[in-house]
Amino acid sequence: MGSDLHIRTAFDRDLEQLQAQMLRMGGLVEVAILDAAKSFETQDVGLADQVRLADRVIDDIEVQINEDVARIIALQAPAARDLRLLLSILKVAGNLERIGDYAKNMAKRTHLLLQLPNIENSSTSLRRLSREVRLMLKDSLDAYVQRDTEMAQDVIARDNDVDELYNGLFRQFLTHMMEDPRNITACLHLHFIAKNIERMGDHVTSIAEQVVLVVTGAMPSEDRPKGDLTSIDVKLSQD
Amino acid sequence: MHSQSLKISARHVNVHYDKTHAIKDVSAEILSNSVTAFIGPSGCGKSTFLRCLNRMNDTIDSCQVTGDILLDGEDIYDPKVDPVQLRAKVGMVFQKPNPFPKSIYDNVAYGPRIHGLAQGKSDLDEIVKQALRRAAIWDEVKDRLSAPGTGLSGGQQQRICIARAIATAPAVLLMDEPCSALDPIATAQIEELIDELRQNYAVVIVTHSMHQAARISQKTAFFHMGTMVEFGDTEKIFTNPTDPRTESYITGRIG
Repeated sequence: MGSDLHIRTAFDRDLEQLQAQMLRMGGLVEVAILDAAKSFETQDVGLADQVRLADRVIDDIEVQINEDVARIIALQAPAARDLRLLLSILKVAGNLERIGDYAKNMAKRTHLLLQLPNIENSSTSLRRLSREVRLMLKDSLDAYVQRDTEMAQDVIARDNDVDELYNGLFRQFLTHMMEDPRNITACLHLHFIAKNIERMGDHVTSIAEQVVLVVTGAMPSEDRPKGDLTSIDVKLSQD
Repeated sequence: MHSQSLKISARHVNVHYDKTHAIKDVSAEILSNSVTAFIGPSGCGKSTFLRCLNRMNDTIDSCQVTGDILLDGEDIYDPKVDPVQLRAKVGMVFQKPNPFPKSIYDNVAYGPRIHGLAQGKSDLDEIVKQALRRAAIWDEVKDRLSAPGTGLSGGQQQRICIARAIATAPAVLLMDEPCSALDPIATAQIEELIDELRQNYAVVIVTHSMHQAARISQKTAFFHMGTMVEFGDTEKIFTNPTDPRTESYITGRIG
């Protein structure tokens, strides 16, 4: 009793394969973030195109995972933690797909920004931001595999740092735009990139929450302090 | 829906068959107007415990029951209690449909007759009709009440047996795997019926189908090796049980 294996071995095999698929998808998304940031920083258009192509594979895996989860639920009628696991894989695959899209979007802007004025420090700051999110993603997937709620909680906490970095960038871009209207187009694109990376962080947080749900059966309590309100402060934008 | 109240209270029940300790200190409360499911692997004691609730175990010589089982606050093992009267109040439906080799009418009229519940023929007709109605079989048999009950399909026979059990106006209905001999359509009909019976009775069902328990019950008890491992809201048991043994069983990890 208390064994982790099912009496129906086909069910265990299905669950294992599904998790392996999810992790493969996660690995591809990590690479997508890395390459998108690199293509952007080094203005490498070829690498940017590669990110766009690789996103199709990520999308295909998500479709496959959706189908597999539906099939397993229909055929195996899972309960309790098995059901939670399956639903979480569905949700995590959705999060990964979104993160992949944001990475693709970032790569797309590499072309555009080549033709626009350079904004000082922006590429270093965006690299830091994307690096932080990529490491959070890696940790959230490691936490998933190891069923490590502590590590997952750590990832959730780190999203505050991402938000702060994003808010700093927001202020920086605003300043550049006010200083010289010729910077507006470039800053708007850069802001979209920063916002997209910040959104990636939210999806990574959601993955980390799924780890807690899978292990404990309950979502982590919502006690993240709301930090800087820069980006939603109307007054600042009107100054 | 009527409000729920305590119907049966079992406290520290132990059952021995000769040297076998079949039920080990089980306590449980069964509420009116609700369905309680007993689940667990074969030989875990769920049927034995169910049979304690209307003293069906009395018929087995080697069986010894200790502890208290109260129906509406009264001890059903009190020497003054007549087991036959008790079983009119706590009806039972078995795994295999077992209609008497009599007409459909006589099958259902049997209980009310021996307990003298009917004042004359028309009264008895009415009781039979109501019981068949409640068992959702009236429309199918109303034109052939004098035909033998054994000539019906398995699903119909089981509903006749349910009608027979409720004809004595019991407070509690015990069901020991009532669908295991039925096809999926008949099973769905019985499940639908159980949900309706809940309006008037406390229903206790033993089932090997965990999904049946999940579908039709409000409370679920998990038995394992003679003990009641966990007893709680069905939703909780099937989504996030407290005891790892329950989790292992419902997710198919123990035999």
